[in-house]
Amino acid sequence: MTAAIELVDLRKSFGSTEIIRGVNLEVGEGERHAVIGPNGAGKSTLYNLITAKYVPTAGRIRLRGQDITARKPYEINRMGLSRSFQVTNIFPRMSVFENVRCGALWAMNYRYSFWQDVDRLDDVNERSLQILNDIGMVPRADVPAGVLSYAEQRALEIGITIAGGANVVLLDEPTAGMNRSETDQTVELVRRITENKTLIMVEHDMSVVFGLADRISVLVYGEIIASGPPDEIRGNPAVREAYLGAEAD
Amino acid sequence: MSAIAPTSPRTGGTFLRRNAIWWVALLFVLLLPQVARSGTSIAVLNQMCIMVIFSLSYNMLLGQGGMLSFGHAVYFGLGGYFTIHLMKMASGGFFMPLPLVPLAGGLAGLLFGLLFGSFSTNRAGTVFAMISLGIGEMIAASSLIFVKFSGGEEGITADRTDLTSLFGIRFRSEVDVYYLIAAWMVLSAWLMYRFSRTPVGRMANAVRDNPERAEFVGYSQKHVRLLSFMGAGFFAGIAGGLFAVNYEIVTEETVNLVSSGTVLLQAYIGGVGFFAGPIVGAIVYTLLQTLLSNYTEIWAFYVGLIFVATVMYAPTGLTGIIMMHLPIYRAGKLRSLALPYLRIGVPALCCTIGVIGLLELLHFLSVRAVGQSTKRLFWLTLNVEQPFAWIIFSVLAVGGFLVARRVAPSVLAAWEAASLHAFGGRAR
Repeated sequence: MTAAIELVDLRKSFGSTEIIRGVNLEVGEGERHAVIGPNGAGKSTLYNLITAKYVPTAGRIRLRGQDITARKPYEINRMGLSRSFQVTNIFPRMSVFENVRCGALWAMNYRYSFWQDVDRLDDVNERSLQILNDIGMVPRADVPAGVLSYAEQRALEIGITIAGGANVVLLDEPTAGMNRSETDQTVELVRRITENKTLIMVEHDMSVVFGLADRISVLVYGEIIASGPPDEIRGNPAVREAYLGAEAD
Repeated sequence: MSAIAPTSPRTGGTFLRRNAIWWVALLFVLLLPQVARSGTSIAVLNQMCIMVIFSLSYNMLLGQGGMLSFGHAVYFGLGGYFTIHLMKMASGGFFMPLPLVPLAGGLAGLLFGLLFGSFSTNRAGTVFAMISLGIGEMIAASSLIFVKFSGGEEGITADRTDLTSLFGIRFRSEVDVYYLIAAWMVLSAWLMYRFSRTPVGRMANAVRDNPERAEFVGYSQKHVRLLSFMGAGFFAGIAGGLFAVNYEIVTEETVNLVSSGTVLLQAYIGGVGFFAGPIVGAIVYTLLQTLLSNYTEIWAFYVGLIFVATVMYAPTGLTGIIMMHLPIYRAGKLRSLALPYLRIGVPALCCTIGVIGLLELLHFLSVRAVGQSTKRLFWLTLNVEQPFAWIIFSVLAVGGFLVARRVAPSVLAAWEAASLHAFGGRAR
């Protein structure tokens, strides 16, 4: 069985500083996988490598066996990988409904059509409405996305991410900056929308991932020091020392 | 909150109402030459219609695609040149009805859009703007270098009445030409509107708002921009073709940077955030240019002032100002703004008169003949060598400005109150 995502000896240097120092990781089809690590461990860099924002210095990235190293973002997206952004990344001057619809157009084969009226693409509009329903934003459909609250924008961001129906979803700290109840809601949302999908999420907040992830990898100083089910990670002494020790009091 | 119904993608309820204004506009287009019959007014209308297409095409770049171009006249001018060459060739006898020749301009615009767009649409922002400026300068210079094609300073001329007549119409009269141009305008505007509602048109907005995100929903920002760019080139070429049909001459002036600047001004004054904005801008600009130039030689200076004022005080353009008042009008609260607007309108008018007076006097000083000391302005005869007129205009300008600035906050507050009321009323 080929893995949904496979990282092979992945490395990234900025100048003479090596931030990612040989990461090997396999995420199986349908698995919810979390990458955690203390600040400065290289989580965001790793995320940006997988999603083609950065070009790796060495190593390979494979999506279902296909090499995607140094592919363009839109190509990777067309191959079935979708991502969210840590800094909220939406289309601020378009309505909430249109934001989600943009996420669905390519995947539903409308591509560069300049002869069809978007308002008449019933399948796209139905899907978009369905997504809005999933993320609980139907009442806000006509609002310009730029005026939404922070938590709403984060939810919309997830909506755009899943609208194309990608099988591999990457989320970058989906609960960053949220209060307790918003976090709980978001975790519930992520759980729901990633049913039967492969999820890779980068997260700083440990409590978020322990309830959600099937497996957890711990990244410290650009290397994965442990990888396994949540209980195993919680009991791992190296992890405790590197990460939990700093926070547990 | 829950009172707002879930959005229906087709928004069918407002369909008729939303289109009503376009039907009225169409009626206007059809009837105007019957009302404004004089040769000059038809000439103004023709120019206006051409500029409407040109400005709308420009807004495919700026308003919808987020591309600030300083060289859009390239596609307008090249469209004009190709059309006029076709007209010249066709007057030799082969079948080519005049109504179709602007298509040659459109195709030229499309192909040059593909050529220049293929390397300038990788990024928006400064890089795109600079490349567009470079291409604009390059093509303008070329039009004076490749004389065989461009006719040098004299340009290329043709006679539209030499072409194959269609249903007996030879387009000898200006009114015939008006209807030809108007038909192209309506068709082009409709097509450009339709384009904005297609998947690529929507993604043009998405790429404008956030290219990085657009790439991660599967779209190449470059390809989306390039398609908009080619569309904009096509319609600019159509406008240029109509220019050739209308004036029967195409010179370097159609392709140069002044022309590129004009279309930017038009679109911006009208409002780039709205589809109809460039239409309003083209109409207002053409009126300013043709009417104002009857009264003053420094009309272009005033247009510049209006542009600066728009950028500073009304960045959403004239259409934006109208749209700001639409909900207030619907709520029936427009009357509550009459007094506040009068309060700022009077000093603003004084300031305007003062500024105009000073500018006209200054201009007169610099161009007057020796010994000439009086100028007629605002139905008055003013002596520029006496301080009286200068003092009056200075007081009006400075005083009007200060008073207007002083009352501006209260007027803004009145507008906010009215619009808050309007939105509150709608939510209920």
